[in-house]
Amino acid sequence: MSTKKINIYINGTPTPVEPGTMILDAAKDNGIIIPTLCYHKDLCIAGNCRVCVVEIAGQKRLSAACATPCEEGMEILTNTLKVRNSRKHIIELLLSEHNADCTKCYRNGSCELQNLASEYKIMTQDFIDLVPLKTYSMDMYSPSIIKDNSKCIRCQRCVRTCAEIQGVNALTVAHKGDEMTISTFLNKPMNAVVCTNCGQCINHCPTGALVEKNYIEEVWDAVSNPNLHAVVQTAPAVRIGLGEELGFEPGSRNTGKMVTALKRLGFDSVLDTDFTADLTIMEEGTELLTRLKKALVDKDENVKLPMATSCSPGWIKYIEHMYPEFLGHLSTCKSPQQMFGALVKTYYAKARNLDPDKIVSVSIMPCTAKKFEASRPEMFDSGYRDVDYVLTTRELAIMIKQAGINFKALEESKFDRLMGESTGAGVIFGATGGVMEAALRSAYELVTGREVPFKNLDIKPVRGMEGVKETSIKIENPKQEWAFLDGVELKCAVAHGLVNAKTIMDSIKKGTADYHFVEIMACPGGCLGGGGQPIPTSPEIRKKRTEAIYAEDAHMTVRKSHENHEVQKLYHDFLITPLGELSHKLLHTKYTPRNRY
Amino acid sequence: MGAQYQLNRADFIFKNENDWEEILTKILNQTPQDLINELISSELKGRGGAGFPTGLKWKVAAEAKASRKFVICNADEGEPGTFKDREILERVPYKVLTAMVACGYVIGAKEGIIYLRGEYRFLLEELLKVIEEFEYYLREIGQTFTIKVFMGSGAYICGEETALFESLEGKRGEPRNKPPYPTSSGYMGLPTVINNVETLAHTYTIFKYGAKKFYDLGVQYSRGTKLFSVSGDTPKPGIYELELGMSVQDFVHEFGDGDTKAVQVGGASGSLVPRKKFMDTAIGFSGKLTGISLPTGGSMMLFNSSRSMYNVLDNYLEFFREESCGQCTPCRVGCQQLLIGIKAVKRGDKPASYLDKLIRLTETMQHTAKCGLGQSVANSFSSIVENFREEMIY
Amino acid sequence: MSPIQILIKELADQYGRRRECLLPVMQGVIERENYLSEYSIVEIAREMDLPAAEVYGTATFYSFMEVKPMGRFVIRICKTITCSMKGKNQVLFAIQDMLKIKVGETSADGRFTLLQTNCLGLCHKAPAMLINHTPFTNLTPEKVRDVLSDFMKK
Repeated sequence: MSTKKINIYINGTPTPVEPGTMILDAAKDNGIIIPTLCYHKDLCIAGNCRVCVVEIAGQKRLSAACATPCEEGMEILTNTLKVRNSRKHIIELLLSEHNADCTKCYRNGSCELQNLASEYKIMTQDFIDLVPLKTYSMDMYSPSIIKDNSKCIRCQRCVRTCAEIQGVNALTVAHKGDEMTISTFLNKPMNAVVCTNCGQCINHCPTGALVEKNYIEEVWDAVSNPNLHAVVQTAPAVRIGLGEELGFEPGSRNTGKMVTALKRLGFDSVLDTDFTADLTIMEEGTELLTRLKKALVDKDENVKLPMATSCSPGWIKYIEHMYPEFLGHLSTCKSPQQMFGALVKTYYAKARNLDPDKIVSVSIMPCTAKKFEASRPEMFDSGYRDVDYVLTTRELAIMIKQAGINFKALEESKFDRLMGESTGAGVIFGATGGVMEAALRSAYELVTGREVPFKNLDIKPVRGMEGVKETSIKIENPKQEWAFLDGVELKCAVAHGLVNAKTIMDSIKKGTADYHFVEIMACPGGCLGGGGQPIPTSPEIRKKRTEAIYAEDAHMTVRKSHENHEVQKLYHDFLITPLGELSHKLLHTKYTPRNRY
Repeated sequence: MGAQYQLNRADFIFKNENDWEEILTKILNQTPQDLINELISSELKGRGGAGFPTGLKWKVAAEAKASRKFVICNADEGEPGTFKDREILERVPYKVLTAMVACGYVIGAKEGIIYLRGEYRFLLEELLKVIEEFEYYLREIGQTFTIKVFMGSGAYICGEETALFESLEGKRGEPRNKPPYPTSSGYMGLPTVINNVETLAHTYTIFKYGAKKFYDLGVQYSRGTKLFSVSGDTPKPGIYELELGMSVQDFVHEFGDGDTKAVQVGGASGSLVPRKKFMDTAIGFSGKLTGISLPTGGSMMLFNSSRSMYNVLDNYLEFFREESCGQCTPCRVGCQQLLIGIKAVKRGDKPASYLDKLIRLTETMQHTAKCGLGQSVANSFSSIVENFREEMIY
Repeated sequence: MSPIQILIKELADQYGRRRECLLPVMQGVIERENYLSEYSIVEIAREMDLPAAEVYGTATFYSFMEVKPMGRFVIRICKTITCSMKGKNQVLFAIQDMLKIKVGETSADGRFTLLQTNCLGLCHKAPAMLINHTPFTNLTPEKVRDVLSDFMKK
């Protein structure tokens, strides 16, 4: 049933709109862009920056376009003198309490306040500079996120993100009046509170107030040092996001160009995290089946089901803080990044006859929590720090531009050998539901000897943007050694965005969750929406990136993890068997209960 | 105009004839529609400073469809120079409680809350005793209306209706976007009538004596009486109930100390009236009076010639800078810029012409701020700077 | 359970554990402790199942909710214009002189904290102040010294 449209006028033009449409959207649908700062598609409406004010005929006061619904007969004027002068004042006011030393700012060139000031040609500052009168602080304690209050415009996007999308609530608004600020619990550093390092706040921050801790100079030093052997691994979500920073539309696939660019930057070996994604499936799949056997055959009451994936470090920190009594549910597998790091300084070093001390292990991730993960004390199993530096997709783009590489004109290259082969199952790790799908493709075939009963191996029920997705697969006629699974309906759930992780964890806590296996990703959309991915982000952009990931999978010849030849070689030559002694030493980890508050 | 309007005192609010039980019965024997009509024909407007027609507010809330509605008494009086609500709650609380029950009856609400500012915590014990007795009587007559007191904790902005709801909901008192308005979505997102203490006291008067008695007092667009909180350079500080519509001249004649230089009408959110404009300024809600008329919560602060208007403005701007919720740009940064600006002009770091830039800034604040606090700073700023410019500079 | 935990549990039992009940619970803790310590905030957050940052952010909004230790008696002297006009500064100097503290500080014996506050609604009897919840009006330097002497005995 369609609702009757109402008639409004935008700059004199009559326009029918759905009742309840905000002025901002009505204007956009009619080709008029009203500037905003505190507004974000992912978040609830705030209406506090007052940049989007417009004039409504008959009203003396201006109205915020993002927060005012259209009403019958409303006459909206978006570009009167009053509107422009007011908006100019607001931008000037924001600049007066802002550290406007743009040339020294990490977001120089991509800052929304800077863009507005440029659009409105704010060439003078008549107001008094308030910055010297403030005691702004900068928090650089976190390994992932830098918080610089001197650049904060108090739009509260980060607070809303941390509350609505992640349900972590590490950030809050504190005090009032001129002391109003964005803070943490008792203004402690980010690394001392429940921050999961997911970086969603960075993705949603319009200015340089929240940025990732970058390691660009350290990596330049490493690749330029002839005495060091620099190895780089790239996550699946990077190859479909990187293009957005370098002139491509969201959803462009640039794997080949990315590899060429990395070689040109000076890396000695360009390898693929998807390789260890496939490896993770082998280890985690075996772990799942082992737990199922313990539960169903041995009736071991200590076995924790459902088992939860452990490749998202934001999710790991979340469960360590919020549900520490359920750590036993996590798979003991490390993430693909960390498995890779451990193997680079052992397996790879041996195969290439290199001194591990001279290897610099770098990873390119769509993620800021990976920076934290690489610094965890458990991640030194190779005898060295397994992953030395983590760069986000954004940092890689910066390095490519600094090197003067014309990304668009690059030819395509292939990953190097030994740890560069991957399957379609590995690449879909970048999307929510991808780990689950990859695991099911292999586990089902291992147990029954048949392919998963889904057309083209596409397990559609676990794909898509719904917060919590469920599916189940009935195991029938398994192979002899898996007979105990005959008739078992394998129940699985997938969640993305920590607020949905809470839903699953609460049901586990209550005892109403009858899943066997759950996949949890900290970021909305999965890694492709990660805290290290290109800014801006939106539901549409994440949807396009998702399509790109599944297109990568569809175009690969090998689409099941256990058919990865290099993985098979790794077991044959080195690890011997999944969950074997060497696997346990290098590829599995422990977790730490943390404070909830 | 000064000769026409005398300073007419009245004594409705504080006259305590101990007849509230009788008046309550009288109210409950009428239909909600009758009561609404009574309020509408009285032309009572909100006495907290915003001046919204009370009858209309109750009518809209009555028409809203919801299983649960609320009546909230806004006792977060915090405008500088205002202390009338405290006196009402100390001296005639039964009138306020009766009015709340009447409102609940009219709109279909069973729950009333008094939001009492934290600074008035010393009133709480006595007020709770009164409420306990009152609720006992209600139960006797078969009424199920409950009244709770919610204590504030020191935030002027919580006097703004939507900020008050946020505070009641356990959050920071940051004003919300309007629409939606409280009568459709207020406390807990449910239809709510929120009225100032004095407004409720006046509805008691109207229900007791009838709308005409109230309407016949005051002037066009500003019917009835109002409580004025008088302080500053005056020999007669205190609370006075006066008919609306008087000129500031008549007011100063009665309350000044013989040397009144200026009167701040409506607190820091109001306007400063200089001596030369006393004759032409009337106290009431805006309408077709000759000269200017000023809507007000009733705070009247008198300044004599020994007072520096610069100090006065500085004091107000300090107040706003601290009490702003800090949410929206024009208010949060604007208040800081105004305060620092006048200090800079006084010191000579900025030229006198900078004051004009600041006045334009207050106009932007008036047009773009999210709530009444930011919108009202322009009133005192421009009235003081325009009328006492030399005092800002030298 | 520690005394604060017991207090918070009692307050939550009395007022409820929904978000709307947060302010009365925090006020109850401040009534006993004079301020909200880190421990109190954590325990309130735990008891009411709220994020600690939210409790902190809400508390710091309100001027009467301090997160720094306060003295047993918090003096809040009104600094709005009418009290200023009627001699607030002299009264303030008298207090500072007698207690040897400046605005924002707490006396060494932990008895008094001196703060300024905005309009208390006692303008016709200016200058005015609150000590905890109790108002004192028509202040002069002598009167305030008398008042404080009484409090020194408590």
